[in-house]
Amino acid sequence: MPGKLKVKIVAGRHLPVMDRASDLTDAFVEVKFGNTTFKTDVYLKSLNPQWNSEWFKFEVDDEDLQDEPLQITVLDHDTYSANDAIGKVYIDIDPLLYSEAATVISGWFPIYDTIHGIRGEINVVVKVDLFNDLNRFRQSSCGVKFFCTTSIPKCYRAVIIHGFVEELVVNEDPEYQWIDRIRTPRASNEARQRLISLMSGELQRKIGLKVLEMRGNAVVGYLQCFDLEGESGLVVRAIGTACTLDKLSSPAAFLPACNSPSKEMKESPLAHPPSHGCRSTHNSPIHTATGSRLTQNFSVSVPTLIYTGMGSGSAGKEGGPFKALLRQQTQSALEQREFPFFTLTAFPPGFLVHVGGVVSARSVKLLDRIHNPDEPETRDAWWAEIRQEIKSHAKALGCHAVVGYSESTSICEEVCILSASGTAAVLNPRFLQDGTVEGCLEQRIEENLPAGCGFCHIPYDELNMPFPAHLTYCYNCRKQKVPDVLFTTIDLPTDATVVGKGCLIQARLCRLKKKAQAEANATAISNLLPFMEYEVHTQLMNKLKLKGMNALFGLRIQITVGENMLMGLASATAVYLAALPMPGGIQIAGKTPSDGSYEQHISHMQKKISDTIAKNKELYEINPPEISEEIIGSPIPEPKQRSRLLRSQSESSDEVTELDLSHGKKDAFVLEIDDTDAMEDVHSLLTDVPPPSGFYSCNTEIMPGINNWTSEIQMFTSVRVIRLSSLNLTNQALNKNFNDLCENLLKSLYFKLRSMIPCCLCHVNFTVSLPEDELIQVTVTAVAITFDKNQALQTTKTHIEKSLQRASTDNEELLQFPLELCSDSLPSHPFPPAKATSVDYSSFADRCSSWIELIKLKAQTIRRGSIKTTVTVEKASPMGEGNFRNRSAPPCANSTVGVVKMTPLSFIPGAKITKYLGIINMFFIRETTSLREEGGVSGFLHAFIAEVFAMVRAHVAALGGNAVVSYIMKQCVFMENPNKNQAQCLINVSGDAVIFVRESELEVISTQQPTANCQQSCAGGEVTT
Amino acid sequence: MTSELDIFVGNTTLIDEEVYRLWLDGYSVSDAVALRVRAGILEQTGATAAVLQSDTMDHYRTFHMLERLLHAPPKLLHQLVFQIPPSRQALLIERYYAFDEAFVREVLGKKLSKGTKKDLDDISAKTGITLKSCRRQFDNFKRVFKVVEEMRGSLADNIQQHFLFSDRLARDYAAIVFFANNRFETAKKKLQYLSFGDFAFCAELMIQNWTLGAVDSQVDDMDMDLDKEFLQDLKELKVLVADKDLLDLHKSLVCTALRGKLGVFSEMEANFKNLSRGLVNVAAKLTHNKDVRDLFVDLVEKFVEPCRSDHWPLGDVRLFLNQYSVTVHSLDGFRHQALWDRYMDTLRGCLLRLYHD
Repeated sequence: MPGKLKVKIVAGRHLPVMDRASDLTDAFVEVKFGNTTFKTDVYLKSLNPQWNSEWFKFEVDDEDLQDEPLQITVLDHDTYSANDAIGKVYIDIDPLLYSEAATVISGWFPIYDTIHGIRGEINVVVKVDLFNDLNRFRQSSCGVKFFCTTSIPKCYRAVIIHGFVEELVVNEDPEYQWIDRIRTPRASNEARQRLISLMSGELQRKIGLKVLEMRGNAVVGYLQCFDLEGESGLVVRAIGTACTLDKLSSPAAFLPACNSPSKEMKESPLAHPPSHGCRSTHNSPIHTATGSRLTQNFSVSVPTLIYTGMGSGSAGKEGGPFKALLRQQTQSALEQREFPFFTLTAFPPGFLVHVGGVVSARSVKLLDRIHNPDEPETRDAWWAEIRQEIKSHAKALGCHAVVGYSESTSICEEVCILSASGTAAVLNPRFLQDGTVEGCLEQRIEENLPAGCGFCHIPYDELNMPFPAHLTYCYNCRKQKVPDVLFTTIDLPTDATVVGKGCLIQARLCRLKKKAQAEANATAISNLLPFMEYEVHTQLMNKLKLKGMNALFGLRIQITVGENMLMGLASATAVYLAALPMPGGIQIAGKTPSDGSYEQHISHMQKKISDTIAKNKELYEINPPEISEEIIGSPIPEPKQRSRLLRSQSESSDEVTELDLSHGKKDAFVLEIDDTDAMEDVHSLLTDVPPPSGFYSCNTEIMPGINNWTSEIQMFTSVRVIRLSSLNLTNQALNKNFNDLCENLLKSLYFKLRSMIPCCLCHVNFTVSLPEDELIQVTVTAVAITFDKNQALQTTKTHIEKSLQRASTDNEELLQFPLELCSDSLPSHPFPPAKATSVDYSSFADRCSSWIELIKLKAQTIRRGSIKTTVTVEKASPMGEGNFRNRSAPPCANSTVGVVKMTPLSFIPGAKITKYLGIINMFFIRETTSLREEGGVSGFLHAFIAEVFAMVRAHVAALGGNAVVSYIMKQCVFMENPNKNQAQCLINVSGDAVIFVRESELEVISTQQPTANCQQSCAGGEVTT
Repeated sequence: MTSELDIFVGNTTLIDEEVYRLWLDGYSVSDAVALRVRAGILEQTGATAAVLQSDTMDHYRTFHMLERLLHAPPKLLHQLVFQIPPSRQALLIERYYAFDEAFVREVLGKKLSKGTKKDLDDISAKTGITLKSCRRQFDNFKRVFKVVEEMRGSLADNIQQHFLFSDRLARDYAAIVFFANNRFETAKKKLQYLSFGDFAFCAELMIQNWTLGAVDSQVDDMDMDLDKEFLQDLKELKVLVADKDLLDLHKSLVCTALRGKLGVFSEMEANFKNLSRGLVNVAAKLTHNKDVRDLFVDLVEKFVEPCRSDHWPLGDVRLFLNQYSVTVHSLDGFRHQALWDRYMDTLRGCLLRLYHD
């Protein structure tokens, strides 16, 4: 019995009128936790009741505290009939369980009803008294902190980065249970919300246990997702990176450091493993207790989880920290241990040594109802398979780790595509648990640090390359080999030297497929996938060249499956890395040179393309320093040297032999125009309109080349659904529609946000779904940040100077915070601190050729440059049912509505995050049976999203926070039935609740505070959002 | 390819002032798009018509959702759904409750009832203001009226407190409510030359001096209704014109004081008795509701028009009225000095304001 939960219901306001006769409401409140329920008195005839209740006390043990949400229901008392529910509030009390996070949850929460939306607000105070000593408490998984942020959170330092943790739980979806036929939509929605809340609570607790077993105390880059598998169930899965974090002494009052920087760097990282050992041991009683308790409550068995140590054969491996990810020596050991994956996208300085390339794997599965819940074959076996695939891809690239790792699914009826991707990398083991290898690493680090190009150097053996690539000596240090192009899934490392600015690049693609059932359908999909991936990469490469850039960061490729089509959408931020060679141009070649006018047309196109490249170079300020010809080679090769690009998958294999593959290493691409398809593609290359002047966009945390952010931010979500005319749907028409949809969406965003110019759209995140046959839904979440124009216009040269400056400020920071692993502890830091990863992509033609060979071989695994894809079809197997618990976010707000900022980034420009209050993870369902009256689908969804934002803000405010960072809308599932005047939407959001302090205020507080901090960050201004 | 759904939701609610104005003016989305195009926004921003359409729809939807909250502005401040900076909230409220001069002149002094609402079509046709906008303005008047009609305390303060208006707007609404409550006739042809500002000015003076609130701040409706007792007492002033001696004395005192100071002295002298009778009779008639309603008509007929036909300059009117009211204090045998001052001080202010072309 480690705790007593105390809840007080203070008051309500703006309640809806429940009694038509009096135009008033007789409201009371039920407070439920676990199986205990308390009620307040009925407050008669008021829309603003003042209950001012006693403290309701729940005596509970820590698992309950961790798993159960506090459930508050507001009702209207009715003497003669059943009481009417007004709405509910779920409060996740998890943040009260860490000693460092919030101490009280207190504030106004929107009262939410799944049918009516927000109906007034309720003021609640929640506290937890812990009976036991802190020590014991910390041994339960309660003490483990969770962060959505995919870098080491500011105000912490990483002592050890242990590695990958994952878990999944399954259950039946209440929406598909028999009882759903007789209960109301409200009851059904609430059952679903509550179940998902319970499941995610359970999931989080289980992940926490794994972290404790690894001797960590936190999960960073925590990503939890739901798979709504319909009939076959509901899956909640999560991945993250286990770490041991140390809180930096109160960031608001920095103490001048006394240590020398170098000392810090070397000593602190190594020192800790022992000292943290104490909070290590896995608390087995809790573990088992949980299992049984859940079973009782839900009468379903705990699903088998591969890596939990219960049940599956891999139990022994789980405690295994990622030991040094050194090359060969430890390689085999690592292989057998864990997945050396990291969900981080930004890293402490020195962590990332080399980057090999993007690795990805996909698998098509058939979902099947669970016939035998005990059958071992479950969803986690599928994921294990995919992770294995990823791991072997990484190995093939000479890398022992995968960073920027993420997983996703796309489900349509009974077909499910599982995808995983990441960036193969070589890491510095210093930060992993094993300190012994330190010696060899030091060297490596030394070699990397000065240049800022180390991460670009190839990790694989030049003579034994995993794929054909065009290598040159690094343009920065001239010592090591680098590839011609780099693709990665991570953020741009802070120390990377970039020329000019970056920009958002998207590849968009649709493929029709026949409607089919079961296996036939899965087979059709898996046959299409390689072509899709190939096309997507072709587009990315072409667009990258068109921008005159040579590297992609934050690459995210999403493949979405629908009834009769597949959609592919890849987004990335293109940059020009100074360490890589200058990209060549794009050549167009006509296939039938006989016709004169055709020739003319071709040359016209060629001119347009060349002009575009030149224009882009100017636009993005790409003026790399001149380097002697012999090294660079001429930008546009002689015609004979051109490699040809094979663009359509319909090309016959005969043509393969025509390809001049031996010239694949040249730096220009040739687009061969041999059919209308190709023509379209070239056109579409040119139709991508650059953002209007004053606008930049990227999908990474910050925009390369802009580093003077001001403090105005505006986070937004935009959703569009288009209906395709079902007539004459061709791939071409589809592509055009999809392309227009995305382009128009971007144009609308630029227009809407024009008052913020000059500004940059950061972390632009597109999600595509195909809710019905002819519907395409695109959801975009991003943040617009203003910046100081004058600073932004700085030349490359000054930019470099800046980065030098920044480096020196980093040193200062090190003085202050020993061993600051989180390089970007400053929110305003323009660049995320990670040491980067980069990936190389083999040259295009080479990729092409390897692809063709593979197709010939009918291989299931496709390697394209560093990207590898595997497609397998398997009959799905049963899913276990699981139990779960859930949590909704924590509550509270002040009576005056304070501003709460939301941002998908891990920092707030011009401000310093002083405290993390806990994770926000909320799931809402909204349904309506009066769609027209609520303004149609747009009115309905607009209101719902606004309500979701409001609930997130209220919970953050109640925790005492003033911002949500690393905010993400993980799911937005929208279904409509206009004929019945109905619609339903499910939204899942998460983020980290924080307290931030404006830098200008910080200065006032402690004037002697390091000026460095303030300088680097963007100039703080007023915050408007 | 048709757009089924198209929304944009910001953590901070975006408010486009231009689109807000178009929405308030009652334009449909397509009209608003056309007007924006005409204003040259496409050229300025390089946007396409589709983008503009989408943007306009989006703003309209937002405004539609905000409208419910704007009906009770304190709710807008406390609600959690739309995060809007305070300065923007103030702007939303102020603009929503702003009204058109042309419209308010049509409605001022009318009962805010369903009957009047039915006439909005005509008003819309006459003023060129869209029917939608007329309705909004009418409903705003009525809403404010309903909320404050039974309240104690200063009318303008109550309005400000419950609707969070600026001082200026709160005073305007106080005038509208006051006129609606007392049903002053303002629509007659001879009153057409008067602006809303003229009436609002008079309303403020009347609220300050002629209502219950002017004597007792603890009564309900104190600023809405005229002080009946006071109106009743005004009959006593009749003696000023009924008593011939008193009238002659009054005239001679005024003429003595103004001789040589007034450009229109002879006209004044000739008209004195008529003017004085007019002003005093207006007072004496105020016991009847019907005559209260005609107050402005009477003032214009009995005073403004005669003076204007003789081309009195405003300065002369002022001198005259000052002298006219002050000299009453010198009339021995006239015992209602306080009553006279309460009446005449306000009336003088009103007349001066009403006296223009």
